[in-house]
Parts: sequence; C-alpha cells; structure tokens
Amino acid sequence: MLDLPVSRRRAPLASIVSAALLATAATALAEEAAAPKFDTGDTAWMLTSSALVLMMTIPGLALFYGGLVRTKNVLSTLMHSFFCAALISVTWVLYGYSLTFGPDVGGVIGNASFFGLSGVLGTASALAPTIPQMLFVIYQATFAIITPALISGTFAERLRFPAFALYMLLWSTFIYSPLAHWVWGGGWIGAQIGALDFAGGTVVHISSGISALVTALYLGKRVGYPETAMPPHNLPLTVVGASLLWVGWFGFNAGSAVSSGELAATAFVNTNTGAASAALGWLAAEWIRAGKPTMLGGASGAVAGLVAITPAAGFVTPLASIVIGLAAGFVCYTAVSIKPRFGYDDALDVVGVHMVGGTLGALLTGVFATKDVNSAIPTLTLGLDGGLLYGHPGLMTKQLIAVVATYVFCGVGSYLLLVLVNAITPLRAPIDDERMGLDLSQHSETAYSS
Amino acid sequence: MKKIEAIIKPFKLDEVKEALAKEGIQGMTISEVKGFGRQKGHTELYRGAEYVVDFLPKIKIELLLQNEQATKAAEVITLVARTGRIGDGKIFVLPVEDVIRIRTGEHGEQAI
Repeated sequence: MLDLPVSRRRAPLASIVSAALLATAATALAEEAAAPKFDTGDTAWMLTSSALVLMMTIPGLALFYGGLVRTKNVLSTLMHSFFCAALISVTWVLYGYSLTFGPDVGGVIGNASFFGLSGVLGTASALAPTIPQMLFVIYQATFAIITPALISGTFAERLRFPAFALYMLLWSTFIYSPLAHWVWGGGWIGAQIGALDFAGGTVVHISSGISALVTALYLGKRVGYPETAMPPHNLPLTVVGASLLWVGWFGFNAGSAVSSGELAATAFVNTNTGAASAALGWLAAEWIRAGKPTMLGGASGAVAGLVAITPAAGFVTPLASIVIGLAAGFVCYTAVSIKPRFGYDDALDVVGVHMVGGTLGALLTGVFATKDVNSAIPTLTLGLDGGLLYGHPGLMTKQLIAVVATYVFCGVGSYLLLVLVNAITPLRAPIDDERMGLDLSQHSETAYSS
Repeated sequence: MKKIEAIIKPFKLDEVKEALAKEGIQGMTISEVKGFGRQKGHTELYRGAEYVVDFLPKIKIELLLQNEQATKAAEVITLVARTGRIGDGKIFVLPVEDVIRIRTGEHGEQAI
C-alpha cells in the first residue's frame, strides 16, 4: 500500500527533475550557441599556424620562385606571390570565406551568409569547434592565398600583369572556393564520396598543378625556350624560400588538425619526415642519373615531399611518411627531368612538383591511412578503417575519384578562365616586353642596380 | 709607350698584382670578363637539365707602360699567371699613340 503513493509521488518528482535538467541543458546549449567555449591551447596554436602558412607565400614561395627566374624577371615573380597575398586577403573577407565555408547550397558552394564576415563574431565553425570562427577565417585565408600563387610558377617571365591580376581574382573565386567547399566545406567530395585529404593535397596542390599545366599549354613557351639556357639567377634566394616553405608547412599540416594535441604532433612529425625523405630521394635520383647531387635538387625534393605528405599528414604513421617522401623525391625528379620531352613550358615546374607530387600523395594516402593514427577515419571515409595496406582497397577508389574530379574541374575551369581573361586583356606580354624582362616592361623597375 | 692587356685566371690576380708591384709598376685597371679559347666551357645542372656554359670567368688586366717596362711586365705575367694547364690566358701588347693625364693635362710618357 505504501508503495503506490511513493511511486505516485516519485513520478511527478522525476518529471520535475528531468524537466529541470532539460531546461538547464537547453539553457547551456543556448549559451553555447551564443558564446562557444574556446580552447585556449587550440586557439594559440591556430593563431601561430595562420602566421606560419602566410609566411609560406610571403616570403617563402616568393623567394623560392624569385630565385629561379632570370635577373630581369625577379621583381615580377616576387610580385605574383605578394599580390596574391594582398588581393585574396581582401576578397576572402568580402565573399571568399562565405562561398567556401558558408552553409552548403546543393553540395556545390557556400551561401552568402558570411559575406563581409557578418555573423562570424561570437561563433565557432562546425569544422573547428574549439576556436573562434574568426580565427578559422584567417587560417583558411592563408590557404586561399597560397594556392593561386603556386600557379604563378608556370607563367613566370611572360604573363602581362593586368591579365595576371584578373586571372588570379577569377581563379580564386570560381575554382578555389567551390573546390575547397567540395572537399572541406560540406560539399560532395568530402561529405558524399568520403575521400581523405588532411591538409589540401587536392584543394591546394593538385588544383594548382593541373591549372599550371593548362596555363602553360595555353600561354605557349617563353621566347627562346628550350634552345636558350635560362638558368636560375639566384639559387640562394630559392634555398631560403624552400626552407621557409618547409618551416611554414608545419602550420599548413599540423595546423590542419585544428587543435593542439597529439594529432597535430603526428602531422608535424610526418611533415618533417616526408620533406626530409623526399630531399634525400631527389638527391639520390639525380646523383645516380646526372652524377652530382645539387642544392636546387635538395630544395626541390623537400618541397615535393611537403606536397606529397600534405593529404596524408594526419592519417599515416611516421614510417609511412618516409615511404611517401622517398617516392615523391624519385617520382617528382623524374617528372621534372622528362618535362622537355612534352614540349610545354612550365617555367618553374609547378606540374612536376605540385600536380605529380599532389596526385602521388593523394593516392598513397589511400594506401597508408590508418585509424590507429586518426580515429576519425571511419567517419570521414564513411565506414573504412584505413587504406589499401590495411585491407581496404575501397579508399583508393575514393581517392581516385577526388583526384580525377579535381583534374577535370580545375583543368576545364582554368581553360575557360584563360579564354575569358585573354578576351578582356591580352595574356602574353609583347615579344619586346618579354625580351626586356617583365620587371621593366610591367613594373618600370629593376631588382639590382649596377 | 705600350698597352698590355692580359687575360688571366681569376685566382691568379693577387699573385700577378704583387709581382708587378715588385717590378715598380704603379697602376693597373682590371675588369671581370668572360670568354673561352681552347679550354671551352663546362656544364651546369638544373633540375635534370644540362646547360653547357661556354663563357668562363676571367680577369682582364690593363697596364700602360714605357717600352722596356712593358717587355718586363709581360715576362712577369707570363711567369706568374702560368699554371701549365689549358685556359691560362693570353697577353696582348699594343702600341699607344698618346696618354693624357686628366688632372693636369700632361701628354705622353709624363702622363703614365
């Protein structure tokens, strides 16, 4: 008899308690939505990473490319990277971030809700829940800057500046933003295919590499190529640039963990190991084939390794990164060496390093990825525990789809943009301007007074 | 009056300069030049591409001397700049019509 009233009494009590709990939880949720709780460690590391990745473009990439061109074109080449940093920093705030990471529209593009970064303050992105969204904005801006700047290596020494500026603006808007959205922003490559790309192998390197190939083919060769020797005018600049790229890449890859824990540390170790192994691989390859190891070879190899380890950095073991690095050194050296047989003039080897290295890295990620390194892999791949090596050939298919989709979209897209730009303002510098050098003809200045 | 133009290997410049100073020769003009004779050039490697570089760096020394001094200077340079290997360079001895010292306007041997 006593039991009933108790249970009767209990029932409403329980309801009250659970209702109260629910209310508290709801309040907490509401507060969280209004002011997310940021992790200061993650925030500090991502601030640092953002600065590191910007350093990759200016001065890293600027110097890497600047040293490789002839004396008369060094300023115009530095300008390519520097101008991208300036231009895309602004467009990213105005509309680039929103198109890339705004709420998804049909799996294709982000919407306009973050135009001018409205609605960003006081929130966190679902992709980076522990840091302010404002920080995610600037971190991603540095990726959006370096990607078109990478293409500039292919058209160095012959593209008119007005055409360059327009091409970069259009490429960033119509190629980078949709592609980055597809892979990271909730679009179809990441969300529906389940391909793995830790830090931008497809988005940054394959995209810039294939676009570089199309651009080189469309633009045609530099006057005198390949009969005339066009050796680098200042290799020390190139080596300083490659070294800054190497260091900056820790922000690029370890930063892509979007946290400051073990995953970032693993990506850091893999990045360093991949770069180092690829430098050794390239040096060994040229030592065997050409008889001498060269400083330019070591620098190029390191960059090729950094490219190849980019999609894999947070998914593979350090031992796998040695294999990926060595493979990148050998394969990219071979790709660059046989370039003259194909007849296109990719002036500074964007294709051989970024397209080939990026593709290799994407495919090898499909071989070496394992959930032992990154427990998110089954979620990201829609159900696989790892790559080919771990008995899951299905990941290779996903990686191939992502690679081919990037080739097709960026290849065709870049071609259309080149036709459009050329119709508005000529791409090629007139032959006399090219002979005089772009520093004087495009900018009315010279790098070295004598 | 004679003018001597000597093309020598760059690393021999200091030795030649000191040997000429010992002979009492008081001034010279040098320039960094490039050229090739029977030595030919060398190959350079950039990312697997080989370039043949024909023109090698050399130093050109120009001296203005009285006739006897010129004979002696040519002997000294020949002796000091020689390594015995191909590419040691050449010495040209040319007659000079006049020399003018800009500061004073002096002509001829006084201006040397």
